[in-house]
Amino acid sequence: MELIQISIIFDSLYNRDMKLSQLIPGQSGIIKEFTDLEMSVKLMEMGCLPGESIVVERLAPLGDPMAIRVSGYQLTLRKKEASTIIMQ
Amino acid sequence: MNGDLKIALVGNPNSGKSTLFNVLTGLNQKIGNFPGVTVEKKTGYFKLPDQRSVQITDLPGTYSFYPKSRDERIVLDALSDNSGGDFPDLIIFVADASNLKRNLLLFSQIADLSIPIIIALNMMDLADRAGIEISVDELALKLGVQVIPISARKQEGIDRLKDAIANNSSVAIQLPSIEVESIAPELIKAIQDELKIEKPYTALQIAHQYEYLAFLSEAEKQKVSILNKQFDFHTQKAQATETIARYNFINDVLFDTVKIHSDPKQETLSNRIDKILTHQIFGFVIFFAILFMIFQAIFSWSEYPMTIIEDLFLWLTEFSLQILPPGVFTDLLVNGVIAGLSGVVIFIPQIAILFACISVLEDTGYMSRVTFMMDKIMRKVGLSGKSIVPLIGGFACAVPSIMSARNIESWKDRMITIMVTPLIACSARLPVYTLLISLVVPNDKVWGFINMQGLALMSLYLLSIISAILVAWVMKFMIQARERGYFIMELPVYRMPRWNNVLLTMYRSVKAFVFEAGKVIIAVSIVLWVLSSYGPADGFDRIDEKYNDVSLRKQLEPLEIDRLIASEKLENSYAGMLGKSIEPLIKPLGFDWKIGIALITSFAAREVFVGTMATIYSVEADDAHQESVREKMASARNPETGLPVFTTATAFSLMMFYAFSMQCISTIAVVYRETKGWRWPLIQIAYMTTLAYLASLLVYQLLK
Repeated sequence: MELIQISIIFDSLYNRDMKLSQLIPGQSGIIKEFTDLEMSVKLMEMGCLPGESIVVERLAPLGDPMAIRVSGYQLTLRKKEASTIIMQ
Repeated sequence: MNGDLKIALVGNPNSGKSTLFNVLTGLNQKIGNFPGVTVEKKTGYFKLPDQRSVQITDLPGTYSFYPKSRDERIVLDALSDNSGGDFPDLIIFVADASNLKRNLLLFSQIADLSIPIIIALNMMDLADRAGIEISVDELALKLGVQVIPISARKQEGIDRLKDAIANNSSVAIQLPSIEVESIAPELIKAIQDELKIEKPYTALQIAHQYEYLAFLSEAEKQKVSILNKQFDFHTQKAQATETIARYNFINDVLFDTVKIHSDPKQETLSNRIDKILTHQIFGFVIFFAILFMIFQAIFSWSEYPMTIIEDLFLWLTEFSLQILPPGVFTDLLVNGVIAGLSGVVIFIPQIAILFACISVLEDTGYMSRVTFMMDKIMRKVGLSGKSIVPLIGGFACAVPSIMSARNIESWKDRMITIMVTPLIACSARLPVYTLLISLVVPNDKVWGFINMQGLALMSLYLLSIISAILVAWVMKFMIQARERGYFIMELPVYRMPRWNNVLLTMYRSVKAFVFEAGKVIIAVSIVLWVLSSYGPADGFDRIDEKYNDVSLRKQLEPLEIDRLIASEKLENSYAGMLGKSIEPLIKPLGFDWKIGIALITSFAAREVFVGTMATIYSVEADDAHQESVREKMASARNPETGLPVFTTATAFSLMMFYAFSMQCISTIAVVYRETKGWRWPLIQIAYMTTLAYLASLLVYQLLK
């Protein structure tokens, strides 16, 4: 019982579920889910699917949008859109 | 000409579809690296090995069958109406082998329409280099269609593709991918029954997109709308379900057919280029350097051809006057048609150079990096990164630039872009600016190296950028968005530009400009010619009488008399009367009725101002005598006060007017066409005229 409590605190403390927008260039992760249905449809069309791995390649000079590598090509999206992607 | 076989070319943007189209047909057309650059429907013909002729249509590139922009909608329309004239017998699906998973999403959607289909697996060399190994036979087996590896750029595998087309079955043999019916079982069945639709996937597409499908009648649309409500159809949920199901199927297919050997950490050349070109500091420096070079090219390279064109029209005018008998018809031809035509043709060099430059930027993949870099700034003022292309183009000509705004998916972003593009200082304003600047700004240098006139011109260009940004920012709050704006875009790998493609783009844009804008400009030129050549009969008679006077004829040179007659006739013409009637309105801006006439005549095109000034101040209307136009204007005095007409205040007020006002009939026409109605062009005319008036008023009253 206590173990479960601790793991919940641990999870929320270290926020293991990151949004894609929180990653910095060079970091990578695997898509877990989406928080927005409309965006998820558009992102999935472009190859961003749950289970797919993403590498953040760079940010635009002004910090937004970001360029990511997904399923073998480079995609750019705004941080606002990236924040709808939850990473594992 | 009609082919024995009708083929549609379908695929993702940047998949090499247009290159394959060129290779197959030999008929070239525009291809770009910028997603969604293929905007028109292009049809070509070629022969199969068995001598059958094929009609092939290149459909716009799209990532899925659910269109996000106007261009992508064409694909849906062409492939879902099986009674339509564009309905193909066979689809060639061009897939990028280096990115097969995403490409197969569209394939699996198209395959469900049960149209015979062949996959042309393009860019195998790129896939090889990326360490992707594709078992082509296995892929063909799993999908149940022919898969032909090709390289469109290197023209490899084309004969095999043609053989495959010749041997392909005339009925669809592709294997089923997902169970479409399970997405919305009752609704699909109901639509199939009600609208007599054969294929379940077409029925599902109708449920999603019935509002946009041109082949459905109003009654049918009504029916679908009711059915959707009845079965509680949620289009986004259904689309998400479908997309996930399709990717599951694709993952199954690819599991046995594609092996990836590469080390993902290895840096590609494209990536290394990006590190420099989208660098925090160098990125912008390089971008502005490239812009600067483009402007240099537009202005310096076009100088010589423009002089040739000018001389040519001068010669044509003189020649026509010589061989044709004097009269109304000759006058109309020379002063209406030829004058109007020269106004169009003179811009060809600048437009050609601008489009060649833009085409190189698109073809190499740099333009999508510019959108990537500029998106944040542009978004702040209500535009999108994609607005940068039309805005840069606006420096040459708003007409093709407004057309290029089609690539912007968000309706609101696109509208704002269209609305502000004409504020950018286009090349037609240049002759007006140079004339007025040379009139009032001294040709001096400050600090020894900055030319005052050049500085004034540059300020006008900067002003145009600032005003476009400010207006966009205001409109951001005034226009209601129809959908959520977003920016999700492929960044294609850098490639060398295809030079024949660049030349073709030049040719196409020039042709479009000459025919589209040319029609309007010539029509308006003729109307203006009528207005300025005719007036109430008694007024004209009196002028003729006055100059027929013998004593006057002795005093003056015959040429001088002709000029005086022309000048006085213009004053008494309908255009002159119009100019006088608006004088009270434009007086606070520092303009007299003569400038009023120029404002009216240059409504067709801004550069007409110079010609009209020449006519009004009765000097020959050609550029060789521009110096004398300037002198005449400089010495022009107000008859009442005796003070010069073109004071610094008036000249700057006039420049402000030309900076803001919508004096371009071609732009109005193109905005009407692109927005499908009069609402937006009218709003545009209204706001620009108001801005022009207020800016002129302010400048004149301050400088007076």
